[in-house]
Amino acid sequence: MKLSKGWIILIVVVVIVVILVGWGTGIYNKIVAQDENVGKAWANVENVYQRRADLIPNLVATVKGVADFEKSTLTDVIEARAKATSVTIDPANLNAQSMQQFQAAQDGLSSALSRLMVVVERYPELKATQNFLELQAQLEGTENRITVERMKFNESVQTYNTYIRSFPPAVFAGMFGFEKKAPFEAQSGAEVAPKVEF
Amino acid sequence: MKKIRYYILPLLVFTGIIGFSQDIPPRPEPPRLVNDLAGVLTADQVQQLERKLVNFNDTTSTQITIVTVKSLNGYDKADFAYRLGEQWGVGQKGKNNGIVVLVKPKYGNERGQVYIASGYGLEGVIPDAIGVRIVNNEMIPNFKENNYFGGLDAATTTLMDLASGEFTADQYVKKTQNKPYAIFIPILILLVVFFLIRSSRAKSHSVGKSLPFWTAFWLLGSMGGHSGSWNNFSSGGGSFGGGGGGGFGGFGGGSFGGGGAGGSW
Repeated sequence: MKLSKGWIILIVVVVIVVILVGWGTGIYNKIVAQDENVGKAWANVENVYQRRADLIPNLVATVKGVADFEKSTLTDVIEARAKATSVTIDPANLNAQSMQQFQAAQDGLSSALSRLMVVVERYPELKATQNFLELQAQLEGTENRITVERMKFNESVQTYNTYIRSFPPAVFAGMFGFEKKAPFEAQSGAEVAPKVEF
Repeated sequence: MKKIRYYILPLLVFTGIIGFSQDIPPRPEPPRLVNDLAGVLTADQVQQLERKLVNFNDTTSTQITIVTVKSLNGYDKADFAYRLGEQWGVGQKGKNNGIVVLVKPKYGNERGQVYIASGYGLEGVIPDAIGVRIVNNEMIPNFKENNYFGGLDAATTTLMDLASGEFTADQYVKKTQNKPYAIFIPILILLVVFFLIRSSRAKSHSVGKSLPFWTAFWLLGSMGGHSGSWNNFSSGGGSFGGGGGGGFGGFGGGSFGGGGAGGSW
């Protein structure tokens, strides 16, 4: 039995469609995998920030024990902590605006903490205690972790953004609503050298 | 004007990255766990520490590396230790059980710096608060008296005590014991296929015609699948080769998260 022309065309079309669908699935799955990667990196970022927030009650308790310690610096830290822990972002919603809010809250806590550390310098008896030394080490370690996780997050965002904006993945990204994600920006004001006042 | 900045910035960043990676000492070749780049230990002391750490790696798969450098090249000590650990891949991939003990000796009135960076997998057993204790109680007092060996020896002993609870020798033995069987699987399949082909040839022609093709196909597929485990086995053997008393096989590709503690004197 010979195949009619119609059948041949139909088979060719089916083959082409199958190939196209397979190809599109590959690209789609790659976008999804990278999207997941960004989500995972983001979870790590929130984790280390949470770790810092968890250290603060302990730090405050240790510092408060010292006689006549400046109360206003401590309240600043407590308030900044409350603000920072209230801002979290769902990884599906990592856009420039939510990112800016998150960063502003965390930077607020960073600066409150660094002010506290400056004040602590005036209390040598506090600095000498084992408890404070360990807290300080934990805090420093946490800041290092934050730097590392932010860097790793930015790398994953960059890979993802580059991929969904290149062609042909851009077509699929547009079709399925994958949007560009926002990386961490350098801390606002970090590029300006701090002013020293006496 | 703005356009120029657009091009120059990535260029600066790019060249900057290249500059960074050159500042961190390259991974030692052949691999060593004790890297006295600052030359504060005698050859005997290096040998002794190396033997101790290689032994520990062989039994627990946890990799502790000691690195002394003459200069941190402008890095913060924590950053330097983190980058070095990540670049060398200290610790096993997946377990991330590596530790970098970094020492920059004191020169004149330039302060000495020390840092213990622990991999992701060891942050639980060696938290920063414990790290700072090791640095302050065991390392700095010795370093102050120029006894670098004493400080490093005491610190690595404590680190080993802490880390040995996390990844036990049993786990390690179990992991490596599974692998020798993997070699026999492809051989077994080959034998089965061989007999299948022989018996099918002996049988009637109509069956024999199609069977060898499919068995050959199957053979090809199964060989492809198992060649991976064969490779894994040989590289695994390389990493821990030598067993007792032998040399260090190489870093395993562990990852760091920035955890650790340090001090200066």
